[in-house]
Amino acid sequence: MSFEIPDVMPALPEIFILSMACIILVVDLFLSKTSRGASYMLSQATLIIAVLITVATFSEASVLSFSDTFVRDGIADVLKIAVYIATFMVFLYAKDYLKDRGLFKGEFYTLGLFAVLGMMILISAHNFLTIYLGLELLSLSLYAMVALHRDSIQASEAAMKYFVLGAIASGMLLYGMSMIYGITGSLDLAVISANAANVSDNIVLIFGIVFLLIGVAFKLGAVPFHMWVPDVYQGAPTAVTIFIGSAPKLAAFAMLMRLLMDGLGSVSAQWQDILILLVLLSLAVGNIVAIAQVNIKRMLAYSTISHIGFLMLGVVAGTEEGVSASMFYAITYTLMSLGGFAMIILLSRKGFEAEKLADFKGLNQRSPWYAFLMLILMFSMAGVPPFLGFWAKLSVLSAVISVDLVWLAVASVIFSIIGAFYYLRVIKIMYFDKAESSEPIHCSKDMSLLISVNAFAVLLIGLFPGGLLSLCLNVVSAS
Amino acid sequence: MALSDYLIFSAILFSISVAGIFLNRKNVIIILMSIELMLLAVNTNFIAFSYYLGDVAGQVFVFFILTVAAAEAAIGLAILIVLFRNKRTIDVEELDSLNG
Repeated sequence: MSFEIPDVMPALPEIFILSMACIILVVDLFLSKTSRGASYMLSQATLIIAVLITVATFSEASVLSFSDTFVRDGIADVLKIAVYIATFMVFLYAKDYLKDRGLFKGEFYTLGLFAVLGMMILISAHNFLTIYLGLELLSLSLYAMVALHRDSIQASEAAMKYFVLGAIASGMLLYGMSMIYGITGSLDLAVISANAANVSDNIVLIFGIVFLLIGVAFKLGAVPFHMWVPDVYQGAPTAVTIFIGSAPKLAAFAMLMRLLMDGLGSVSAQWQDILILLVLLSLAVGNIVAIAQVNIKRMLAYSTISHIGFLMLGVVAGTEEGVSASMFYAITYTLMSLGGFAMIILLSRKGFEAEKLADFKGLNQRSPWYAFLMLILMFSMAGVPPFLGFWAKLSVLSAVISVDLVWLAVASVIFSIIGAFYYLRVIKIMYFDKAESSEPIHCSKDMSLLISVNAFAVLLIGLFPGGLLSLCLNVVSAS
Repeated sequence: MALSDYLIFSAILFSISVAGIFLNRKNVIIILMSIELMLLAVNTNFIAFSYYLGDVAGQVFVFFILTVAAAEAAIGLAILIVLFRNKRTIDVEELDSLNG
């Protein structure tokens, strides 16, 4: 048996992020407390250079490497660039929050970069093994980040819950993978897809698919496997919540797409009904339970669950149009949730967490500008035209209608109208209630600038969504 | 022994681990043990299929699962220690400060 040296060029961004994460880990050891900013600057520079590397080597053609376990295509490149940008924004938003609470340590940045590496591997996976390894690298980094606030009872409890449920999910996913490996005889997604179509024993295949879907639903936070989402969002430090709520959703979409479309696309009839059930339950529970929340982090957690329902809608359709709509949804949702959590960080200060909905009372009197930015974000999440969230919902719905699942589209619209209530309630609280505190809002210039850019990106891409939509469609149809 | 014997064995291991996680109301360490058992059930499955198919990829996967399980156990126990320092208990029923 000869050993071929694989072509490492397609994995250049991964190799770069890995080396930089290791370098930052070592450099951070030699830094004094006052010069901790250097780790932050290095991490941000790493992410910017990674964007440049990926853009410079961008190609829509799909390239396989490392014995076909790794794929680089247009979808992977676009999602990776979105991950770098989202993480860059998270690090910037988190900086002051971490400084105020004594959490401004190198660990946050190295764990963050390793999580980014895990997401990249997950996005480029073309084999059950790479899916598993990417997923674990991402999850293990996130468990540690949730527990970063070591003295907080809530944070350690949230970390424990996240760890236990995440580990169960990995176990379920692996059990499903082992069944599918047994019935198709391969771990390679393309071979699985080819072999699954002419499998004689359907029961084992369905058994495997069910376990696989349970594992994926746990990781995505789809109902009925959503129990960890609100607890983790509430218990984790907001700087970590904003990370969990943004970039990993892109990786979760990639995992769903690689497993179901690349791996099991030939037997879509077997998983479509299960996925429809997950979508309906997520939309129902996410939107209805969110109404009862008084903690805004929990409210946004339930809103995440309902958005995950919408994200899965495009995959239910199973067409190129559907997958590209889901991809567009994942990218826009990431942008909106970054803005939403950044507003919570903005209103928090040393010794005070703006976690309650009541903390947003009368924001318009305290700062009309930030109230306006929050208004854009909430309208967009509710799906009001012309904001970005509207186009995302429209594109997944039209993908579902084009495969004759009109009843599903109607049900989704009804649930999203119910959901509009709690987004609009935030706006009502900001504009029509009296402010309870007159504390001025302090925030650094870079954060204030980025949050404005973030909210206006939601508005501007909403006014001109054509570019991003056609980019998603192009890369999906090219691969 | 036939392939199905191994599969039934690993299904029983898997069921015991799931029961261990969901029925246990006392101790977080038992949950961690059940998680390990769950991964071992998966490993048995992979090895049985790998031998049956005559394909080594399944056995290679098992090595990766074993390695990752070690890392996972390390992080799980580390979180457990942080939790115990803060709460002075690892009783599952006492993990209730996050409710909405």
